[in-house]
Amino acid sequence: MQQQTGIQTNPVAALGRSTISFVNSLGDIFLFFLEGVRLIFSSPKQLTKIIRQMYFIGSKSLFVISLIGIFTGMVLGLQGYYTLVKFGSEGLLGAAVSLTLIRELGPVLTAIMITGRAGSSMAAEIGVMRISDQIDALDVMDINPMAYLVSPRIAASILCFPLLTALFDVIGILGGYLTGVTMLGINSGVYFYRIDTSVVMADVAGGFVKALVFGIIVSTISCYQGFNTHKRTDSVGPESVSNSTTAAVVLSCVLTLVSDYVITSFLL
Amino acid sequence: MSTTTWDIELHNLSGGYNQTRILKGINGSLPAGKISVILGGSGCGKSTLLRHILGLNRPMEGSIRIGGHDFFTLDKSQFRKIRRRMGVLFQDGALLGSLTLGENVGLPLAEHTKLPKETIRKIVLHKLGLVGLAEYIDYYPNELSGGMRKRAGLARAIVMDPQILLCDEPTSGLDPINAAEMDQLLLSMKKHFPSMSIIVVSHDLESLNHIADNVLVINKGQAAYCGDLEGLQNSDDPYLKQLLSRQPNNIEQPAVSLGADIQAELSNWLR
Repeated sequence: MQQQTGIQTNPVAALGRSTISFVNSLGDIFLFFLEGVRLIFSSPKQLTKIIRQMYFIGSKSLFVISLIGIFTGMVLGLQGYYTLVKFGSEGLLGAAVSLTLIRELGPVLTAIMITGRAGSSMAAEIGVMRISDQIDALDVMDINPMAYLVSPRIAASILCFPLLTALFDVIGILGGYLTGVTMLGINSGVYFYRIDTSVVMADVAGGFVKALVFGIIVSTISCYQGFNTHKRTDSVGPESVSNSTTAAVVLSCVLTLVSDYVITSFLL
Repeated sequence: MSTTTWDIELHNLSGGYNQTRILKGINGSLPAGKISVILGGSGCGKSTLLRHILGLNRPMEGSIRIGGHDFFTLDKSQFRKIRRRMGVLFQDGALLGSLTLGENVGLPLAEHTKLPKETIRKIVLHKLGLVGLAEYIDYYPNELSGGMRKRAGLARAIVMDPQILLCDEPTSGLDPINAAEMDQLLLSMKKHFPSMSIIVVSHDLESLNHIADNVLVINKGQAAYCGDLEGLQNSDDPYLKQLLSRQPNNIEQPAVSLGADIQAELSNWLR
């Protein structure tokens, strides 16, 4: 008994337990993702559900992505201009804005915005369905809840994240144009010429790879948290939905940034 | 696999959640073509038993035989075949909030058949008509009362013409008129689908007397009675007598009495 108490209070043992639990969760999430992807192709009827989710994740995010994109580009234009002008290189503003957006800010900010808008909603909606027997009802009707709820969301995210990122990049570059060219007087031709000469296909492809990975991370984590709301040990009922939603947003954002670093280190 | 009768037999069934054993060796039979009521006090294991019959939880020991087949030893496709012949009305209907009533009721047909949309709508209208909700086909669940949601849940449960209909406390939370209507609906289901096994989990004695052909009483996770309604009403078992006559247990006085100073302070705040 004493030995047991010793293990319970030993910080090294506690750290070990937390690590094992964390690694188990990661494995569980990965298997959840694989099952979700497998079921995308389970029936032609999945297409309708995927389109419905694309409307929710993609179309309904257009406004917020455009809004954040334009202001991000404007700030980059403003900051970039005053930094570059010190070195007499303000002509490079187009290159600075576009590369920053295409390589980094576009995929990351798009992912974080969609996490807040659609990821939280996925976790909350599936979580509420879990605690109100709706998922059990699907199960009993012999409708696979993973195929019905999770797969369409993962597929829609994989398709929508790169497209929204592309939109964010384009609008951001226009935002940079607005401050750099319209307000601060950089030559319009120089702005676009620098974009044309500095951005290569590898930058665009790298940005899309990131968007794709972020789409997988955000949708999988959000659906996983909602789907397993009933397994939470820290809370029950509506509070567990609230905690699942919070966990989905926090974990998605953290893993987005961590994976961004990992992918960047491979791409550079 | 062919099943001609859909009797459900429970053999020494033990089960629960995680490591907690709630059902402790239940034996009983729920015959096809009859309304069987699973009766018992709150927390006795009625809903847990229902989840086991539905295949949502696996038994810790014992078995459930449906139509002569041991439900939990069947392979996946046979298990799913039996599952598809079950319809369930959950306590609050468990309708999908993002779908209209029509879409909810037609969901199993849309997912499991290649019927055209128009045909599905006609079937849905027919089933909603049976529960008196045909005119609400385009309403969302949150636009309906609790009683209407339960009736809609019943329409969804019968949309695939199931052989086994399970209802989890269909009258709980309903006013007497709505509860009586729900009883009438269940009796009409029995009339419309004569070979269907209808299993109702309830602690509503009024409802029991109206609808039950067969009763399984559970007390503290064990079967206290299994048989027809008349046998239950004539039973000499003290627990069954207490249950049917709604006699309370002797509740002991609280061991810790509230001190006079605390009572005075509370009264002061409530003044």
